Formats: sequence, C-alpha cells, structure tokens
Amino acid sequence: MAESNIAIELINVDKHFGAVHANDKVNLSVQSGTIHGIVGENGAGKSTLMSILYGFYQADSGQIKVFNKDFRAISSKQSIEAGIGMVHQHFMLVDNFTVLENVILGSEGGALISESLSKARIELTRLAKEYGLEVELDVPVESLSVGMQQRVEILKGLYKGAKVLILDEPTGVLTPQESDELFRIFEALKNQGVTIILITHKLREIMSITDHVSVMRAGKMVAHRETSKTNPEELAELMIGRKVLLNIQKSKANTGKPVLVAKNLEIDNEQGLKRVSDVSFEAHSGEILGIAGVTGNGQGTLLKALAGILPISNGSIEIMGETITSKNSLNPEQLRNLGVAHVPEDRQRMGMIAEFIASETALLGYHNDKSINQGIWLKRALVKANCESIMQAFDVRPINPNLMSSNFSGGNQQKLILAREFERDPDVLIIGQPTRGVDIGAIEFIRKRIIDMRDAGKAIILISVELEEIMSLSDRIVVMCDGQITGTVNGEDADEATLGMMMANALQSENELKGAKL
Amino acid sequence: MTRERRLSWINGLLMPFLNVLTAFIATAIVFVLIGVDPIEATKILIYGALGYDEGLGYTLYYATNFVFTGLAVAVAFHAGLFNIGGEGQAYVGGLGTALVALYLNPALSAWIVIPLAISGGLLFGALWAIIPAYLQAYRGSHIVITTIMFNFLASALMVYVLVNVLREVGEMSPESGDFIKASWLPFVHDVFASFGYKIAKSPLNLSILVALFFSGLVWFFLWHTRWGYAIRAVGKSNDAAIYGGINPKKVIVITMCISGALAGLVGINELMGVQHRLFLNFNYGYGFGGIAVALMGRNHPVGILIAAFLFGILYQGGAELDFELQNVSRDIVVVMQGLVILFCGGLEYLYRPILIRFLAPIEGTE
Repeated sequence: MAESNIAIELINVDKHFGAVHANDKVNLSVQSGTIHGIVGENGAGKSTLMSILYGFYQADSGQIKVFNKDFRAISSKQSIEAGIGMVHQHFMLVDNFTVLENVILGSEGGALISESLSKARIELTRLAKEYGLEVELDVPVESLSVGMQQRVEILKGLYKGAKVLILDEPTGVLTPQESDELFRIFEALKNQGVTIILITHKLREIMSITDHVSVMRAGKMVAHRETSKTNPEELAELMIGRKVLLNIQKSKANTGKPVLVAKNLEIDNEQGLKRVSDVSFEAHSGEILGIAGVTGNGQGTLLKALAGILPISNGSIEIMGETITSKNSLNPEQLRNLGVAHVPEDRQRMGMIAEFIASETALLGYHNDKSINQGIWLKRALVKANCESIMQAFDVRPINPNLMSSNFSGGNQQKLILAREFERDPDVLIIGQPTRGVDIGAIEFIRKRIIDMRDAGKAIILISVELEEIMSLSDRIVVMCDGQITGTVNGEDADEATLGMMMANALQSENELKGAKL
Repeated sequence: MTRERRLSWINGLLMPFLNVLTAFIATAIVFVLIGVDPIEATKILIYGALGYDEGLGYTLYYATNFVFTGLAVAVAFHAGLFNIGGEGQAYVGGLGTALVALYLNPALSAWIVIPLAISGGLLFGALWAIIPAYLQAYRGSHIVITTIMFNFLASALMVYVLVNVLREVGEMSPESGDFIKASWLPFVHDVFASFGYKIAKSPLNLSILVALFFSGLVWFFLWHTRWGYAIRAVGKSNDAAIYGGINPKKVIVITMCISGALAGLVGINELMGVQHRLFLNFNYGYGFGGIAVALMGRNHPVGILIAAFLFGILYQGGAELDFELQNVSRDIVVVMQGLVILFCGGLEYLYRPILIRFLAPIEGTE
C-alpha cells in the first residue's frame, strides 16, 4: 500500500490518567477515503484516543501523523487546521441559532458577519449538493429533527475543511431509518474522498458500513481486521476477550394476571409540557413489556410517572390494587412499599449519588426500611453488610461498600443499582435503559437477570432506546411516538423495519393515506 | 482504596493546614508592611491566646460561639443550602433564651430553667430560619438573599424589642433587666473552684459542654440517622433524592430549622453564660464567622471544633496584639480572618493540583 494513502497514523500513542493507563502504546493507521470503525467496551480507551486526535488531551508519548505530516494538537484549532472534524455524541449546536449561524460559529472572520454568512451560504449549498446533505439553512436548529441536527454537525466539519471526520456513537439518538440515511451520507462522503472514523459499540453498524475495523480492549489496540473478513462473533470476542452470547436464550413467557393497568394516561413533564397523551396498556406478571421509541418521545416521562416521580394529569394507573389518578398520587416511597421497583433511565443523576459511598447508594429509596433502623439510629454496619451481599449477588466489582459510587465503572454502577432494586423481591419492575453505557460482558449479565426476574413471575416494564435490546428481551412491545402509542406487537413477531416505522409514526400516516385513497 | 484514603487525607487535613499556613504567611507580610515584627507578633498572639489560664479561657469562650454558628452553617450546607443568616438566627435565638430566662418563676430549679432557656434559643433560632426556608422550598426565592435580608430584619426587630419592650423603666441603655439566677450557666472557674482547683477568672462557662454535646449530636444526626441520610442525599443530588422517595422541599425546611436552632445557641454562651441580660449586638460577627469556620472545618463537626478553636485564638490573640502593640488595632483580627477565609474558602483548591502531581509518582509504584 502506498504511503500517501494513509490519512491518519498513530504510532505507540500512550496516555495515563493518574494510575489509569487509558491508552497503552496504541498503533492505528487509517487509509484515506475509507470508513474505519473502532469498537471496544466502555472504558476501553476509544474516546480518549479520539480526544487526543482532536486536541482535547495530549498524549504522554508516541507519534501522530496526519496525511504523513507530524501532528501535535494542543487544542481543537490545530486539528481543524489539519483537516480533522469531529461529530460528538451530544451535539455542539446553539439551539436558537439558525443552521447557517451554527455552521460559521468559530469562523466568523471579522467584526461584521454578513459577509461570512453569504460566503458560507454559497459554500454550504455546494457541499450539500455534493454530498447529499440537504438542510434548510435559515431555520433555527431547535426546530430540526435529531437526524437533521446531525447533518448540521457534519456540514460544520466539512465547511471547516475536514478531510477526516470522526463520529462518536452517531446512531445512538436515531431511528433505524435515520441511521440508514446517515449511512448513505457516509457512502457519499467516502466516494468524495472523505475519510470517516466511526466509533461505536454496535457491531451491526460496523459490519454493514465500514471497510476496516480496529478493536480496543483495556487501553490496548488488540486487533485490526478487514470488515469483509470478520464477523460479529469474532469482534465481540475480541472486545471482551472471551466468547459471549449475543442472543439471550429465553423460554416462552408464562403470562399471568395484569398487575399494572394504565388507562388514558396524560402526563406533563417537569417543565409542564404535555409529553404523554392518551396512553393505555397493561403489564402482566411473568411478562416483559418493552416500550420502544426514539429518545424524547414520552417514554421517559411515562417511566417517571409510573415510578411516582411525576404526577399524572389525566387517566389512571391501577397498580397492585391501588389506583393512581391526578387527585390520588403515590410518591416513590409508597410505590416501593407496594412492591414496585424502579431502575431509572439516568443512572448518574437519579439512580445513584456519585458522591455517596457504595453502601449509601445501595440504600437510596430504602433508608426508612425498619430492618436497618433502630429508633433514630441508622445501623450503618448492617447497611454495609447488606451492600456487600448484594454486590456479591450481582458481581459488582470491586466488592467494597466504602468506595465512592463515582469510582465504579458504568457497568458496575448499573449492576449496583439493579442489585438494589432486584434484591428487594419486588412484584413490578420498571426499568429504563438497563444497559446504556454498559460494556458487553455486563450487558449479557444484566439481560439474563431481567429474564430471571420475569421467570420468577414479576411484571417488567422495559424502556430502552436500543431496539435490539427491546426485541431480544420483550414478550410484548408497545411503540411510542410523540407521546402516543403508535403500535403494539408481540415480541416474536417484531422486526426492526416495522418497529422503526412505528417509531416514526409512519405506519399510521401510510394507513391514513391508503384510507384516503379508498 | 489506599488512593481513596490518601485523597481524603489530602482534602481533609493537608490542604486546610497548608491553606491556614498560607494565610498566616500573608498576615506576616501585612505585619511587615505596617512595621511590626511578625515573629514578635506571633509570640504575643500565641501567648495571649494560649499562654495563661485567663487567655485560654477567653479563647475557648470565643470558640464556643464559633462552634454553634459553624455547626449551623455546616448542617445547612449538607442539604446544599448556604445559610448566611446565622447572624440573625443567633440574635433572635438570644431573644428566645432571654424571654425564658427573664420571665420564668425565679423559684424554679436551674435543672428546669436552663433546659427551657436553651430550648427557647433553639426554638426562636429555628423560627427565624423557617420563613427563608419556606420561600426557598416552595417559592424558589434564593436562600442566600432571603437569609441576608432576615439578618437586617432581626437587627431591626431586636432594636425595637429592646428599646420598646424589654428595657426597664428608667434605664437609658437598650437592654433587658437581669435574668433570673436559676438561668445562669456556671463559669468554668467557679466549677473548678468548687472542686478545689483555683484557675483565673474568664468568661468561659459551661456552654462549652453544650457546644461539645451538639457537635456530637450533629455528627450522629448527619451520618447515623435516616434523616441525616435524607439531608445529605438532597444536598448531593436533588433528582436522586426525589427518586429515593425523599421530598426535598420538606428536607429544606427541616434542615434550615435545625441550622437556625444551632445558631440560636450563641445566646446560651453570651447571655446565660456571661452577661445574664439581653443587650444589643451580642451576636456581632459570630454568624459570619461561622461560615468561615464551617468552610475551614469541611462541614464536619470535628473540623469545626478545630476551626472554631483557631478562630478563638485569633479573636483572643488579636485582642492581646491590640493591647500590646501600638501600631496594631483590633482590626488586624478582621484582616487575619479575612485572609483565612480567602485561602480556606476562595482558594480552597490552591494546592490540590500540586499535591496530586506530587503524589502521582508514589501511586504509580504501588
């Protein structure tokens, strides 16, 4: 292979954070004009590596070459000048600026911006045509869909002259259809000679779009493969260093009586905006009910209402024989006492307290429990012993109740929260994003535990943005779009395309269209 | 885990120590600038505060006040609330104490009167904090603003009460009559004398035991009761607290009541212990000093005891400096306090990066 074809080359890049060896002599070469995937578990060092490339961090040692020139970035400015663009997982856009204003942010070029605006308009129109990235330029970004906002991010990079685009988990917030659209854009970019580095943990994406793939594990680059010569099983094994079951085995559900009945629910979020309207469903014991949907379509609000965090403004929830209405609400503690456990979507902000030690996080929601209180005295020794035993049961590592919660890895934090909720033997489990930001080994473990709970006769309501997770776990799936239920399917009949259509509420409009024609 | 422990050691002890040291070095520079020999000044200050019975007595007497207000600030801080209103709560708390100590039947036993008078201070301090707390919890008015305003309100209220209500007929100065004897807290020198030990007279009285008792109580309450857990949960993460079935609004009100009650104990020391009457501005400076004490003491009762002792030394030693040296006025104490607050509060993490870098190679070898 000719030297000149290498867009980015990393030689023995090394980076420590205190005692943590985040990148251990990493070598990587990315060929120009290809799509190169980087996979690895959380904490494997992918993000650190890309942050070094983008100038957020400096490597302790090692060499970086960009288009065969030595490169050392002190800030993102040098990276942009060298032709590297980055699309972050969370968009870096000013919501109430128009697309055009967002694109020139950071390259305004002078006191008056009218000139650069008109220059940018011409350039963007050209770019949009060339790469198939059509976006309306004069609307505020906040009025665009997530997929469109991502296009703006990509355009921003290209406008600044990026020849290499780094995308960090770009499909996390997209519907399957939007993801496919994004992949088409990738192809167009690639055909125009742009190099793409795709960081992801979704092996399906790696297999379908990339030319090459590199696998990281525990700070080391463990393998480079040509995508056509590998398979998901091999990659998964490389990522975690052992064989994994990608598809969880589960028996048929032994569905019992309904234990949670929601009728015509209407719920406002914290800001008082109506996010759920006219939602009705039943959850039965011994069954996993999956609620699918693109992030921000009311599932989160629904979850909080079921857990007693948000009041409902209309309708009713019958749960374990109690009826919750807008007038008769139950708080989270009362619901816990009824046997409803809740694993919140936002582990960091809600599920745990980062600055509490593990045993205190393991107490959250149960600090009034009679078994650990004697009069006014909270028996800390007992709390710690309990924490240790649930840590053992859920393989939380390290087993140290005195360790600060924030010092556990994401997967272990999640396992600690699940352990807290599962070990109380609840009858209804409300689980949000059980495996978000969790590494593959822990995902397998967590999903098995959820199925165990189902087989023990619990009613489980599962919310996840991972369609694959919803499909592999749920016995029944309801799909939400824009605060309403847009479809219900049986777990075994579900396929990605149908769910995707329901998530975008396209089926109904199609039916309406058909209805209109008839 | 060793890393954990080392970090907590750095945060808890080494950094405050270095910060205080820096404040003293800065004070030394100020001394040099005004033409005072800093070494001589240090000698006077230390001797004046710790060198003899009377000086030590004064130091501990000042420290007692700082323990109360320091605990008050710390408890609020654990719920994420910055209670600037210690000054006013201490003032009004004193009124509560005084009302009990003035109007209770003089024939009652001290064993009944003293607990009641202490309760009066606790209750009035708590009441003075409850309105800002309610406004923060249910109306979203920021606690810093409202508690500051309540300091001024307390000031005005106390002037009114002292001038128009409690002032004795024919008296010129705005102060109450004498408390009933049963409410007087014994002086430490009297207690010692009753056991046959003779020590010099000082205002130090048994409220220092009350201060130690409440330090222990606050420690137990915050870390060994479910309510303390709820308070700390609200302080660290509002969302997580709600998730855990804790009502942050209630917790805010309760915490502020406890905080105000603790500040209200300043009157025990000043009024029941020393002056035996209610007078203007007995609380002066202790409420704000408590903020610095809590900051320095890392909001932990043990740290607060140490920091309060240090502030007691500054108060008493500063008074001695003023007395001994001609070109030093009592304001130097305010300067020193200010520097301590600056380095312990504002520049809290000044040495952290250096210490961490210094310790990193040691950790690497483990």
